[in-house]
Amino acid sequence: MKGDTVHNVMTSIPGVPLMEGSLVEGSWPEWFAASRRHGWEEFQSLPLPKIKDESWRFSNVKALDLEAFRYPGAVTDGGDLVARSTGLGEAAARFVFGNNRLLAATAPAENLVAAGLVVMSLEEAAVAHADVVQEHFMAQEAKLGSRKFAALHRSGPVAGVFVRVPDNLEVPLPIEIFHWVEGGNSAVFPHTLVVCGRHSKATVVDCFRSADGAPALACGVNDLVVGDGARLNYVAIQQWSLDATAFHLNSTTVGRDASCLGMQMNLGGHFVRGESYSRMVAEGARSDMLSVNIAAGEQMIDQRTFQDHAKPRATSDLLYQNALTGKGRTIFSGVIRVEPGAHQTDAYQKVRNIVLSDEAEANSMPGLEIEADDVRCTHGATTSQVDDSELFYLLARGIHPAEARQLLVMGFFNTVLDRLPDEQLRGHIEGLVESRLSAALRE
Amino acid sequence: MKNLRIENLHASIGDREILRGLTLDLPAGQVHAIMGPNGSGKSTLAKVIAGHPDYTVTAGDVLLNGESILEMEPDERARKGVFLAFQYPSEIPGVTIANFLRAALQARLPEGEELEATDYYAKLYEKMDLLQMPRNFTSRSVNEGFSGGEKKRCEILQMAMLQPSFALLDETDSGLDIDALKVVSHGVNSLRGPDIGMLVITHYQRLLNYIVPDFVHVMVNGRIVESGTKDLALKLEAEGYDWANEQEAEPVVA
Repeated sequence: MKGDTVHNVMTSIPGVPLMEGSLVEGSWPEWFAASRRHGWEEFQSLPLPKIKDESWRFSNVKALDLEAFRYPGAVTDGGDLVARSTGLGEAAARFVFGNNRLLAATAPAENLVAAGLVVMSLEEAAVAHADVVQEHFMAQEAKLGSRKFAALHRSGPVAGVFVRVPDNLEVPLPIEIFHWVEGGNSAVFPHTLVVCGRHSKATVVDCFRSADGAPALACGVNDLVVGDGARLNYVAIQQWSLDATAFHLNSTTVGRDASCLGMQMNLGGHFVRGESYSRMVAEGARSDMLSVNIAAGEQMIDQRTFQDHAKPRATSDLLYQNALTGKGRTIFSGVIRVEPGAHQTDAYQKVRNIVLSDEAEANSMPGLEIEADDVRCTHGATTSQVDDSELFYLLARGIHPAEARQLLVMGFFNTVLDRLPDEQLRGHIEGLVESRLSAALRE
Repeated sequence: MKNLRIENLHASIGDREILRGLTLDLPAGQVHAIMGPNGSGKSTLAKVIAGHPDYTVTAGDVLLNGESILEMEPDERARKGVFLAFQYPSEIPGVTIANFLRAALQARLPEGEELEATDYYAKLYEKMDLLQMPRNFTSRSVNEGFSGGEKKRCEILQMAMLQPSFALLDETDSGLDIDALKVVSHGVNSLRGPDIGMLVITHYQRLLNYIVPDFVHVMVNGRIVESGTKDLALKLEAEGYDWANEQEAEPVVA
């Protein structure tokens, strides 16, 4: 199978720093090369979004000028980045990428591999599991405004992991993936594709990190496919540098009586655009869409979501929480769509903002499109400040004011983090949020 | 001699003066009760001493072991040893009792010193046993969804953990049934000793059957109008506050 590959999918593209040099590495099969060419054509043909586009309302379209970014060379010290790729104490498998290149891979234990678990680089999987990868790779069109950036991702030299959990297998520990970017104006294209077989269970954690504080571009996609009766927990921990521009497009497909819990955490980035599309394709499907975001300094975190109920008796529950300080900005725009015939839908959508400075600004735009009867849909957005009586209560116990504020905001986030089913993962994430919050409150 | 001394204290909220020249001396080792009708300013007194930002002190002073605390922030007063058991404790979503108390104890340690976790939990469990609280209490969010009795027990748990030198117990009996009252009173009594002074604020004499005070003060219209032994509480119970209201109309003789 390996021989059936091409090394250069396109000749170099002069004058396009993003892509120049991106094509000489790797060994992708022809179907993938064709997909990249198609992506590139689409990227070129689509216009940049404008502020008057509904799906970019309140956003910063100036951030979409990607001229400065270029395809980066290899990282200077891969061993160092691998050593710094510490997160969970124990993982079922651990992959580390730096500047789009695989730096280290710890494969799953033999018994899991023997049971059929596949965790491998996407590049390898595009050959070894061509049919499954081809079926699901970016199968869901980007519908929430970022078609152009989805096309960019498709045309780019994606780096990432393919996870396939066989029917009935429960993966006991999380699968952990690190993506590092290094060097000024480097561009990376992380991709995670997870396909869960019937009645399987797995947890996948993506960690996005910058090796330095430099400006960078991340254009990432993850596709999650959850088979009937399966349970997938997916957590994306975004910690790019505070000068980074990042697009993270997430699509989830949930089968009959299956359940997907997806959590997007944005702790870094200068401009971050997140789009999460979750489609309940069979009865009894459940999608939990969670997000924890800290926007400090001049950060903008722009999130668009879609809860698509295609079939009856499915549940979706979205809870996004933002803490804003400095001149931080957040945008939330979410739609619950109940398709004709999707009766007895149970859908929730809630965004909560806590604003900690006068200059921070939160925009929330919840929305409903209901084309079925007998449904229960609720949505709401709240924006508040730290509660004075709660603050006084903590001060009256001798807790210093800065610490008291931090405790209250952590308490605000804990109501989301409490929904993570894995204690180890929850503890790890709580620590990351706490340390980012502590820095953000002192910026 | 350690004491909390309130001297001719005047305090207002907005334009409304609530404390009108209140003087009281609370030495360490004693329990004083303040009784008074609704609206007499009892809770205001507790909040002003704790440093609540809604109130402005217009005259007088509050001295902790001779040092004025009025210029101190609420958290500094607390670390100096002042504790307020709230009448209506705030609910703090997402912050567990364990984390909350750990932060409060950590704040009392010198910079760079870390609270020792094993000792902390040993002490926490000991105090929880005293107040008949189940262990899983530590992982619940502070006061969130608590019954009235649980909230008051939680206040006394905090007092037990923080070991203040002066404690202000604001209507600790309100919202308690007789069983909860006994548990809470037992907790408070076990904390009595030479190193702590307590000011028990209550509307009803009932609490003072369980927490027996050394002295009782009657407060009307922002002032102490009469002081005496615990028998004074019985008189109030029998006669109500009417006589005290009349007393207030007369010039107060210090």
